[in-house]
Amino acid sequence: MNHLDQLENKSVYILREAFNRLDKIGMLWSLGKDSNVMIWLAKKAFLGHVPFPVIHVDTGKKFKEMYEFRDRYVKEWNLTLIRETCPPIEEMDQSLPAAARSAARKTAGLKKVLDKEKFNGLIAGIRRDEQATRAKERVFSPRGLEGQWDFRDQPPEFWDQYKTDYPPGTHLRIHPLLHWTELDIWQYSQRENIPIIPLYLSKGGKRYRSLGDEDITSPVASNAGTIEEIIEELKTTNISERSGRAMDHEAEDAFERLRADGYL
Amino acid sequence: MSQLTESAVRDLLRIVIVGHVDHGKSTLVGRLLHDTNSLPAGKVEEIRAMSERRGMPFEYAFLMDALQAERDQGITIDTSQIWFNSSKRNYVIIDAPGHKEFLKNMITGAAQSDAALLIIDAVEGVREQSRRHGYLLHLLGIRQVAVAINKMDLVDYSEARFQEISHEYRAYLTELGVTPTFILPVSAREGENIVTRSGRMSWYDGPSIVGALDCFVSEPLSSNLPLRLPVQDVYKFDERRIIAGRIESGRISVGDEILFSPSNKTAKVKSIEAWPSSQPVRTQAAAGYSVGITLDEQIFAERGDTISHVINAPIETDVFRARLFWLGHEPMTLGKMYKLKLNTTEAQVQLQKIEAVIDTGDLSSAAATRVERNQVAEVVLRARRMLALDAFNDKPATGRFVLVDEYDIAGGGIISMDGYADQRQLITKRSTNIVQVDQGVSDDERARMNGHRGGVIWFTGLSGAGKSTLSMELERRLFEKGYSVYVLDGDNIRFGLNANLGFSPEDRSENIRRVGEVAALFARAGMIALTAFISPYRSDRDRARAAMPERFHEVYVKADVQTCETRDPKGLYQKARRGEIKEFTGVSAPYEEPEAAELVIDTAAHSIEECMAQLIAYIEANFSLRAADRKPG
Repeated sequence: MNHLDQLENKSVYILREAFNRLDKIGMLWSLGKDSNVMIWLAKKAFLGHVPFPVIHVDTGKKFKEMYEFRDRYVKEWNLTLIRETCPPIEEMDQSLPAAARSAARKTAGLKKVLDKEKFNGLIAGIRRDEQATRAKERVFSPRGLEGQWDFRDQPPEFWDQYKTDYPPGTHLRIHPLLHWTELDIWQYSQRENIPIIPLYLSKGGKRYRSLGDEDITSPVASNAGTIEEIIEELKTTNISERSGRAMDHEAEDAFERLRADGYL
Repeated sequence: MSQLTESAVRDLLRIVIVGHVDHGKSTLVGRLLHDTNSLPAGKVEEIRAMSERRGMPFEYAFLMDALQAERDQGITIDTSQIWFNSSKRNYVIIDAPGHKEFLKNMITGAAQSDAALLIIDAVEGVREQSRRHGYLLHLLGIRQVAVAINKMDLVDYSEARFQEISHEYRAYLTELGVTPTFILPVSAREGENIVTRSGRMSWYDGPSIVGALDCFVSEPLSSNLPLRLPVQDVYKFDERRIIAGRIESGRISVGDEILFSPSNKTAKVKSIEAWPSSQPVRTQAAAGYSVGITLDEQIFAERGDTISHVINAPIETDVFRARLFWLGHEPMTLGKMYKLKLNTTEAQVQLQKIEAVIDTGDLSSAAATRVERNQVAEVVLRARRMLALDAFNDKPATGRFVLVDEYDIAGGGIISMDGYADQRQLITKRSTNIVQVDQGVSDDERARMNGHRGGVIWFTGLSGAGKSTLSMELERRLFEKGYSVYVLDGDNIRFGLNANLGFSPEDRSENIRRVGEVAALFARAGMIALTAFISPYRSDRDRARAAMPERFHEVYVKADVQTCETRDPKGLYQKARRGEIKEFTGVSAPYEEPEAAELVIDTAAHSIEECMAQLIAYIEANFSLRAADRKPG
């Protein structure tokens, strides 16, 4: 069993656990490389099926290529799609820095989906290596009535026993990719031949390492034009993956505040 | 489709860092990352700026302590993970909080790891959490532990102080029945003995932190244990009825007759399903794989059933003993019901008896009627129905459980059946021809007597690769550590038991078959049998494995023909080259390399000393008895 097999089999276990233990779940599909791997893993877990809806919380400001990708693979992968539009930026907390305020729209969109669909589990593709507060997350992470994350008192989680009991009105976030790294994602995408959005590949000396809203996401300098080249690049780089995501860098605790409020 | 070579995907080892609060865990992690060039660009500058804003000195700890509250208070609240690489492999470092209040977060971090690094402050010495964490590591089943005596710079790199602390802590661990793999002096702040050996402590001749970590092995393979496949779910998305679950131990093959416990129904495996369907059809799967199987007949199976083979089935019981740690906000109280979660099984259990609450400081036990938060206790639990389970010491993955109080996981424990009977025979009708003859003395009793389990270490490799040298040296070292160990070598077998065999392929196979059976008898008698035979054919080695499937460890002693020929200790290669020996392995007869040896020892690349360290670490990890084996004092 190599490292990628270990990652895959653990994720499959987590997805099956979420599907069995929770009444109503959905999977957040941001269209990025991680959430595509997550859908792929769901098809492995459920032997060719994705037995719950995928949710695209749409800020309306994604790249054109992302919308094209969504419309193509929703059919090819036979997915049930729920699309939710985010409220305008004027309705967001004005004390947040500009980019974080923009990102907060996604949290608000997420809350709308939860209210409408009454999900008690949301599967999200965050990883520990992306960001330091995400490194502290649990695989099954409880959220309060307002969707907030109580990072000061997280449940114990060991021996693959997850928190699957929760009071009415609250929900769980399930993180099947928490133990993966960016390099793992690419090596696995390559091994499994998982389709990707071409924005990840270098064009004119630049490529995107992480995809978000077009106006607050910037590309990094890179000549990696194939997945193989991305893998080689990642083995040597020491630039952080989210360096192109503006909302992470405005204030020391900007991301923690976003996450405590329910951001992914 | 593009293929990755196996070497492109590197091994990963998970290491937890534990110890008393303020003994420097996060600092050590920061230093490890910094000195192995694993930090993202600008990270150090970012933290320097942040420290200045707070008017605090620069702290590596801020790398891991990402939460505002952690930085403001200068303590680690929750466990975190971060990656670094040595030249040997990749590591995930799991940083666990040392503050007593956050014990549940320490356990969350530690339970995910393959090995542990326990930090003790050279100035403060052994403290409450140093002991508690050491105790919990063993309760969690983590057997590879390195102890780092940190802040050596503050005691002028004094050897005497190092010896004093290591003596004290070693004595504590010895009482638990634990031998630390390494105890090493370091200064995380000054970077002494972290990546390379320290120049300031010439009195110390052991490895650096990274050198010690590189000696650890990935989690022991559980695919050699009997099959356990807890049913996670049953799917009917299409015409297939698929039973889904993860193999916790052993292997399953298409055509196997399998037993569902505790319902005690049997069926045969029809297929192992996979997606995408273009992949080659799977006929076998081993521990660690999440599988979906179909059966030859539609029996009723549900989540919580445990699949095994008909022989070596799990224990069935409605009462068991456990050693547990309690994390709940409310104390655990006598007579109260809790929800037990054991793999995919859920059942209501009652706390029937608290045999003792254990003080992890001095290991004394006391009677009690409740178990408080953060305490460890010996208890008896009774379920309302029959459960299928295993003793933790035999099969860790199916011998441990958590307890849920209201909505929260409030405790975790490991199962012992000491003094309680397997009730399977009372409730199951069994065909008589599959009941094994029981020995008067059980494996467990033998293991307790010896302090380790019996097993077979099967060295295979070319002539001159080092099998005899390694096995003889290993026998000596293990013997000195108190192991019951014996080498079966070509010569001592061929002069007696196999004196009637020659060197034809048939006789060579028969030679190996007999060695396999004899080694298995040694192993069942509780000893570690080391065998040193070229054993060039896979099928012969597989037959030897079948004689002792549960504790057979194939060790590939690897060295290329050129290297072996240069060594040629018995002059055999020279003779073979001159044609004086026919069918000489590696020269005129094939050597089939192992496809999945439990351990590979590369004697061309490593010194005997390094190979020994690797072997001894492996044996200790796989055979040495854990603290949990001991009955409470």
